[in-house]
Amino acid sequence: MPNVLVFAEARGGELRKVALEAVTAARRVADQVGGDVHVVLVGAPGIAGRASALAEYGADLVVVSEHPGFANYAPEATTAFVAERVKGGDYRAVIFSASQQGKDLAPRTAARLQQAIATDVTSFEVGADAVTVTHPGYTGKVVQTLRLVGTPAIVSLRPGAVSPVAKAGAGRTESVPPSMDPAAGRVVVTETILGDTKTLDLGEAPVIISGGRGLKAAEHFKLVEDLAAAFGNAAVGATRAVTDEGWRPHSDQIGQTGRLVSPDLYVALGISGAIQHLAGMRTSKCIVAINKDKEAPIFKVADYGIVGDVFDVVPALTAAVQQARQSSN
Amino acid sequence: MKIAVCIKRVPEMDVTFKIAPTGKAVDETGLKWDMSDFDGYAVEAALQLTEKAGTGEVHVISLGPDVVQETLRKALSMGVAKAVQLKCDTVPFDAYAIGTALAAELKDGGYDLIMFGKMSIDGANGVTQFVVAELLGLPLVHACSKLEIADGKGSARREIEGGGELVSFALPAIVSIDEGIARPRYPSLKGIMAAKRKPLEVRPAQLGEVRLTIETMELPPPRAAGRIIGEGAAAVPELVALLQNEAKVL
Ligand SMILES: Cc1cc2nc3c(=O)[nH]c(=O)nc-3n(C[C@H](O)[C@H](O)[C@H](O)COP(=O)(O)OP(=O)(O)OC[C@H]3O[C@@H](n4cnc5c(N)ncnc54)[C@H](O)[C@@H]3O)c2cc1C
Ligand SMILES: Nc1ncnc2c1ncn2[C@@H]1O[C@H](COP(=O)(O)O)[C@@H](O)[C@H]1O
Repeated sequence: MPNVLVFAEARGGELRKVALEAVTAARRVADQVGGDVHVVLVGAPGIAGRASALAEYGADLVVVSEHPGFANYAPEATTAFVAERVKGGDYRAVIFSASQQGKDLAPRTAARLQQAIATDVTSFEVGADAVTVTHPGYTGKVVQTLRLVGTPAIVSLRPGAVSPVAKAGAGRTESVPPSMDPAAGRVVVTETILGDTKTLDLGEAPVIISGGRGLKAAEHFKLVEDLAAAFGNAAVGATRAVTDEGWRPHSDQIGQTGRLVSPDLYVALGISGAIQHLAGMRTSKCIVAINKDKEAPIFKVADYGIVGDVFDVVPALTAAVQQARQSSN
Repeated sequence: MKIAVCIKRVPEMDVTFKIAPTGKAVDETGLKWDMSDFDGYAVEAALQLTEKAGTGEVHVISLGPDVVQETLRKALSMGVAKAVQLKCDTVPFDAYAIGTALAAELKDGGYDLIMFGKMSIDGANGVTQFVVAELLGLPLVHACSKLEIADGKGSARREIEGGGELVSFALPAIVSIDEGIARPRYPSLKGIMAAKRKPLEVRPAQLGEVRLTIETMELPPPRAAGRIIGEGAAAVPELVALLQNEAKVL
């Protein structure tokens, strides 16, 4: 029977939301082809405790590998482990998340197995003789439908493309040692640096508040952070002008050469709306722009625009959002 | 230090694309072309590494029809020593097909470092470098936003959600380059003149088997035109009402 294999991403001993998204997608495909969902979970000792959460979202079997060397991402040992699982089973598809880690692990695994891979897909369908996926290209200006020949098809799923839906699977677990020592790779992650873990990641936040050069100085990003805090479910983004100035880290950059995001709400503060910035956020469901120049191109894509000075409008907006959320609670 | 950089020729993105009559490609009429963004960063980073070391040279490779020679010449005018075109009529979409040809060219080149962009800006796959690494049996660090080479070893930083990973690796190796390392220099007039005399070799591409194909290409649905609701802080109450009642995001 054809099954579906999923790699569940964890960090710091916790599952990431993208892991539940990937399992949800796999459950749907498995139900369609009449197979089981098998999940690979690797991590430092203790990670096995997370298997039950995967079962709630549809895992029939969770294959767990615990090793202290899996505390940091171990690209080579993880690839070896996943590739071995793929070869040892009958899989129609192998699903990864197109997270920063999955963008590394998925193509490594595909190259090892010499199988076709489609990355960063927004949807996929398993047909009788091929898997077809949609994959945005040309900085999101074109949507490509791709056809993968061969079994298993390997895909990485864009974060946020599927919402996690609880649907219990059989939830058996099996513990398997790593196939190579995670600390012995030729490429070794010596340290994982985590910023403020209280703030949401750009790929996961339903709301993104982004600041541009109009903020004028690093310390004024307090305005952006305060508005994000008022929403409560928001992450902070930036333009390249801002990351070049060093006001925010490069990891906050949204656009053609930064992160591609698609939140429910994107608020652009003091951002002109250069084509390279729009490339990273134009698929957001609702866009708000605040800019003092009424001719700024950002207004062409903004559902709601306010012409005004960020130093006036943003504090007022922060207060109004706080109030709106208090009265709705 | 001997470095190779794989570069792809891509259309400039600041246009509204049209779909070709085949329905499987963009209409190329009137498009301008350049080196893919991240590949440009990789060329610059490679040049800076050899300049810092005071020794070594950088080669570039591009797979495609004769028009890629223009992109290769640009790299030569930036300061690259030698260029190779792996010639084929059309560039396949499949990274395995392309990577096979690149690996055959790179195999006996004696490179200490082979560099790629983290992904091509048109295809947006981010896969080719992994195929080459696997075929050549070399370690690979993907999406480096910082890179240092010293004493025959490399160290890099990769961006992850809300942080970064510090990575150490052995040479020879493959690295792919993310935003943050270097912006490509503009070729100088002297560089452009010198490039005309630099070697540009042309060999047939030994493409691998194709397993991933484009079925259709479409333009995403257009966004409705934007609307300005007012000026200054006075417009805030209306914005909040719209976010609550119309967009339902608050
Ligand atoms: C190859 C390449 C790749 C690129 N990749 C990216 C990318 O990934 N992401 C990205 O963002 N950019 C990218 N860029 C850069 C891009 O072209 C723009 O330069 C950049 O997005 C501009 O950032 P900005 O909007 O913050 O600044 P600006 O364009 O300078 O705009 C600042 C805006 O703030 C407004 N403003 C000023 N003061 C105030 C105030 N007090 N109140 C309200 N509004 C105010 C101004 O009217 C203006 O519209 C790339 C460029 C190239 C060439
Ligand atoms: N036709 C090509 N010629 C040379 N290098 C290429 C070509 N296509 C892709 N590459 C390299 O592989 C990287 C990843 O491309 P892709 O897998 O298409 O996203 C690019 O950034 C280039 O460094």
